[in-house]
Amino acid sequence: MRDVAVIGIGITKFGELWERSFRDIGIEAGIKAIGDSGISGADIDALYIGNMSAGAFVNQEHVASLIADYVGLAQTSHVPATRIEAAGASGAVAFREAFLSIASGMHDIVVVGGAEKMTDIGDELANSVQAMAIDQEWETVFGATYASLHAMMARAHMERYGTTREQLAMVSVINHRHGALNPDAQFRREINIDTVLRSGMVADPLRVFDMCPLSDGAATVVLASADIAEKFTDKPVKIKGIGQASDTISLHDRRDITTMDATVYAAKRAYDMAGIKPEDVDFAEVYDSSTISEIMAIEDLGFFDKGKGGKAAEDEKIALGGEIPVNTSGGLKSRGHPVGATGVAQIVEIVKQLRGEADKRQVEGAKIGLAHAIGGTGGTAVVSILEAMR
Amino acid sequence: MNMPRFWREISGRYNLIGSRCGNCGEYFFPKRDICPKCHRKSMGKMESVKFSGTGKVISYSIVHDPHPAYSDMRPYVMAIIELDEGPKLTSQIVDCEPEDVHTGMRVKATFRKLAEDGKEGVIFYGYKFKPE
Amino acid sequence: MDAGIVSYGAYIPRYRIKPEEIGKVWGEDGAARGKGLGILAKSIPSPDEDVITISVEAARNALKRSGIDPQEIGAIYTGSESHPYAVKPTSTVVAEAIMAAPDMTAADYEFACKAGTAALQNVLGLVESGMIKYGVAIGADTSQGAPGDPLEYSASAGGAAYLVGKERVIAKINGMYSYTTDTPDFWRREGQPYPSHGGRFTGEPAYFRHVLTAAKKMMEKMGTKPEDYDYVVLHQPNGKFPRRAAKKLGFAPEQLEIGLLTPRIGNTYSGAVPLGLSAVLDISKPGDRILAVSFGSGAGSDAFDITVTDEMEKFERKRAPLVSEMVENEVFIDYAAYVKYRKKIRRKGE
Repeated sequence: MRDVAVIGIGITKFGELWERSFRDIGIEAGIKAIGDSGISGADIDALYIGNMSAGAFVNQEHVASLIADYVGLAQTSHVPATRIEAAGASGAVAFREAFLSIASGMHDIVVVGGAEKMTDIGDELANSVQAMAIDQEWETVFGATYASLHAMMARAHMERYGTTREQLAMVSVINHRHGALNPDAQFRREINIDTVLRSGMVADPLRVFDMCPLSDGAATVVLASADIAEKFTDKPVKIKGIGQASDTISLHDRRDITTMDATVYAAKRAYDMAGIKPEDVDFAEVYDSSTISEIMAIEDLGFFDKGKGGKAAEDEKIALGGEIPVNTSGGLKSRGHPVGATGVAQIVEIVKQLRGEADKRQVEGAKIGLAHAIGGTGGTAVVSILEAMR
Repeated sequence: MNMPRFWREISGRYNLIGSRCGNCGEYFFPKRDICPKCHRKSMGKMESVKFSGTGKVISYSIVHDPHPAYSDMRPYVMAIIELDEGPKLTSQIVDCEPEDVHTGMRVKATFRKLAEDGKEGVIFYGYKFKPE
Repeated sequence: MDAGIVSYGAYIPRYRIKPEEIGKVWGEDGAARGKGLGILAKSIPSPDEDVITISVEAARNALKRSGIDPQEIGAIYTGSESHPYAVKPTSTVVAEAIMAAPDMTAADYEFACKAGTAALQNVLGLVESGMIKYGVAIGADTSQGAPGDPLEYSASAGGAAYLVGKERVIAKINGMYSYTTDTPDFWRREGQPYPSHGGRFTGEPAYFRHVLTAAKKMMEKMGTKPEDYDYVVLHQPNGKFPRRAAKKLGFAPEQLEIGLLTPRIGNTYSGAVPLGLSAVLDISKPGDRILAVSFGSGAGSDAFDITVTDEMEKFERKRAPLVSEMVENEVFIDYAAYVKYRKKIRRKGE
């Protein structure tokens, strides 16, 4: 298997992008990444697009063809273009598929995009589209919402491990603090614990500020076989390990709702492949679709013992300057969560940090970064470990 | 929701019909065609079974921001319930005050309206749970 | 007649509203209104309850007590004037939900407040004739009065189901009699959300004429007198009418009280006599004789002469909730919650 490197990145502003269409943002991120990488369109062997639900959000399926067309590759090189769907992990799974296509020797240079345009259809509808990632027949039909399932995980975690409401809030506070430093973030304002605790109740015990927003945005990365990476960039970033895992689609069928086994298995596969341990990771982008999901993630990824995630947030061990900075981009909560784009946006942040281009939010001495994405409430997880090649 | 999509699941939603693996004896809800533990050995051995409808609360949330089709009941309690036979499911808990619900609470199944497909569409019925 | 009641089950929603609360909204002396009607509170279905859910719960309660194989049920008839669907039966949902489908027949009945007893007569007929082994008859309603209409003080929700067969009969039907005329005392036109009524015309020419005639003719037919009965259950649109009718017929208040639920839960329409009879069966002993007379506007009355059998000794009433337990399980709500629960206000998108 060949080594694979990231040689280019591109990302749009995340947020409510009223003037920009799905194709506008997809193309913008793509062109930025291709520009950043120094490749030309003719060099691209394949295109992978992570997208959860363009059909429901903007009435457009077949989006891989659309993006290939508008980045100008459909009529010239007739590049193979594939759309990948795994709910919130769509971009991350697309990234892994692109990795595999190069590692296998099939392709040399592959572009991975992630894009979602969620705000065209209104909050109510957008929330129900997002909830399509949970079991429609045995969760949604009975009145479950995406937030209510996270709330059940939160309650179980609080009851079993003593995680407090304030500790959950601290996750949001830290992510907003980070996001305020990220010019591409949706929300660039710092908040405090009271902001979270006084926000409206969504699904008890979780409130508005515990949950990630609806967002528009796109992100793209360019991958190349490691042996040719340095022809295009002087700052290649190697994909050191990558793991994916599944679990039951319904939360109620899980072995334990305070742990995401998909994360545990994906992480184990990624760590084994990279030949590292959790303590070797310098910083991470994890899937904070809710504050509890970040706490579970930092435990399941092995950064903190099970049940200690809340305390780690309280002690700011996951803040910039802490033991292991998490979600320096602002995470889903503050950077924004255009579902299909998130997995790729996380890679963009990791690469920025490893290249030393993260400006005010730069993690000092960042050498190994980890990205973690989840589909649904944990039915899919992808963990990627990246390292600067020099 | 599409009416046929709901209709074909009536046995599970009205009567808690699930499966039991004829090989290892484990119970499943909703019905499954293959046992996740026995795999090939369970093929053709999955039996239909009706659950008793009693169980306990594993975790719960009080939903304040539901899908519009469910908003008449707002705020309502969503819970993961472990049936006495073992499988778990997600359901609302009704006929009690949200603040009285607690983890470990004993509950039993009842028959309720889940949602309506608008003013003119079909009405979807199925299980909810209430204190035992 | 060999066909009789093999089991029964009831269901009453837990929410209640008091006449004072209703009167407050309309500038009326609600307490006095309630007193005039003999009503202390009325039951209200939760937003997720309707005649279908009430019928299913009542039928399931009946089956819990009987232990028969639901596949042996040959007919399910549900009487109501508030079926959730104008077209598409309540009874088919009940049939699936009690696992009686598909080798059976089902239909819904409507005859104002006596659709439940009409269903019972028909099921008795099918069982007696040998066409089916067991049948289920249900009377249930979630009746509505227009906001501001005097009916709003009484129209309530509840129902009961009767499993009819020839084996292990707990209550024998000694005889039936029906009295039917064309009397437009109360009606609801197709497409109208609330019923209309003839005010005081609903009294003498409608309720009293039919109930009293049916009761008298039933007793004439059986050669009985009021004192031969342990209990009498009369249709109960309010707390006053059945008391006056019982008195006119010569029954003592004690014979009526057990089966008189309206003061506590309001008028459950098609559920009224079936629920009243359930309350009596909840406490009756072998040998007890019961006269039950329903009334449906439009108009008609069905009378039943019933004797509780020795089977009642073995009958496991406790396997399902008693009527008294459901009457006591009450949660009072205010008028604002009531109009939301009963969908009297149109929300966004409606």
